[in-house]
Amino acid sequence: MEKSTYYNPADLAKFGNITEWQSEMGRKFFDYYGEVFKEGALSEREKALIALAVAHAVQCPYCIDAYTVDSMQKGADEAQMMEAVHVAAAIKGGAALVHGVQMMNKAKELSM
Amino acid sequence: MKSLKATGHQLAEPAFQLTVLRQEVVDTLHLPAFHEKLREASLFPLAPVAPAVLQINVGKMCNQVCKHCHVDAGPDRKEIMTRETMQLCLDALAQTDIPTVDLTGGAPEMNPDFRWFVEQIHALGRHIIVRCNLTIIVANKKYHDLPEFFKAHGVEVVSSLPFYTAAKTDSQRGDGVFEDSIRALKMLNAVGYGQEGSGLVLNLVYNPAGAFLPGSQKGLQEQFKRMLFKDHGIVFNSLFAITNIPVSRYLDYLIESGNYAGYMEKLVNAFNPVAAAGVMCRNTISVSWDGFLYDCDFNQMLDLKVASPVRHLRDFDAATLAARTVVVNQHCYGCTAGSGSSCGGTTT
Repeated sequence: MEKSTYYNPADLAKFGNITEWQSEMGRKFFDYYGEVFKEGALSEREKALIALAVAHAVQCPYCIDAYTVDSMQKGADEAQMMEAVHVAAAIKGGAALVHGVQMMNKAKELSM
Repeated sequence: MKSLKATGHQLAEPAFQLTVLRQEVVDTLHLPAFHEKLREASLFPLAPVAPAVLQINVGKMCNQVCKHCHVDAGPDRKEIMTRETMQLCLDALAQTDIPTVDLTGGAPEMNPDFRWFVEQIHALGRHIIVRCNLTIIVANKKYHDLPEFFKAHGVEVVSSLPFYTAAKTDSQRGDGVFEDSIRALKMLNAVGYGQEGSGLVLNLVYNPAGAFLPGSQKGLQEQFKRMLFKDHGIVFNSLFAITNIPVSRYLDYLIESGNYAGYMEKLVNAFNPVAAAGVMCRNTISVSWDGFLYDCDFNQMLDLKVASPVRHLRDFDAATLAARTVVVNQHCYGCTAGSGSSCGGTTT
């Protein structure tokens, strides 16, 4: 039975097809993308773990699949991958909570 | 855990494995057969070059039963090379100037004539590689002096360690394997193996503990060196990143875990013509425990003998063998994916 969902795992392999409707921008994006993930000041493994954390923060199922595989291929273990997800969670949670200061400021402004 | 052969599993049969491989790649995934892919790269038929390695599988007996083993080795496998066949290997070697002899198994050290064989090869002045699973060194008192024996014969030790943590290593190789491997590595380090300036070479083999391809060999080596030294004070020379080939128990794992189609698709899509040109079967002659000749150890396990009138050591003739073409099949996609894979790691 054909599953009808917004996300289809098979679409990940078709990512390159976005160049079909705008080749120049698509090509520039993929060139840039490839350059970003090359070993540089950070190792490929560190970059894969950062990408895995960001994938969770932006809640992209394609990226979570892709960077789970990539992290494993680059030699990260489960503990490192879960710690990366916790970094994402801490920043997402912290980002919500730090606005509590704004709430407090406003509440104090309005209070006697 | 028992071998596939001991349990009477269908995948213990080479012909069945070849059928399963062809069905998946060609019939189900509608991907090109390996020889077609080689032809597109102007590499078919694949010709050998001068042999640099005689790889000898001295038997399928092993003290471990790893989930990914392409040999289907284990304590229940009794196929062992006899001293007579070893002598045929020595006779063949003497006829050639093949510089390196690569001893594999099973656990090659479990062959009762292993030490005699190493001594004879050493006397011929050839470089010897032993594919040591590490745990054999600590498995029994009679093996504890293997590091000294290796050292005395200038043996290069190549050892599998799929990861630098216990959980991932043991998930592939069995409970307690990591701890025993660490003990053995420390014993090898203690006699000088892997130590700078010792001339005693200790290389490790990484292969993914799962259905994914290895990443950059250089990056993995840096990570292994850092972690093994930090956690255990262990040093080694190089890390070889090897792709798991869909043969025997690894093929069984892929099918049972539902990863078979995805893995084969990944291998085929990652076909690299440069890696294909550098495959190890071009400069290797592989010998089975019973003296038959193959292009590589994987072909050996699939019973794909050399395409040559010379098919056994007793008829060995280097010139006749040099005129053969390499026998290929769908499992060969494993050695041509990405950066390529061989018993010495990546090939590009």
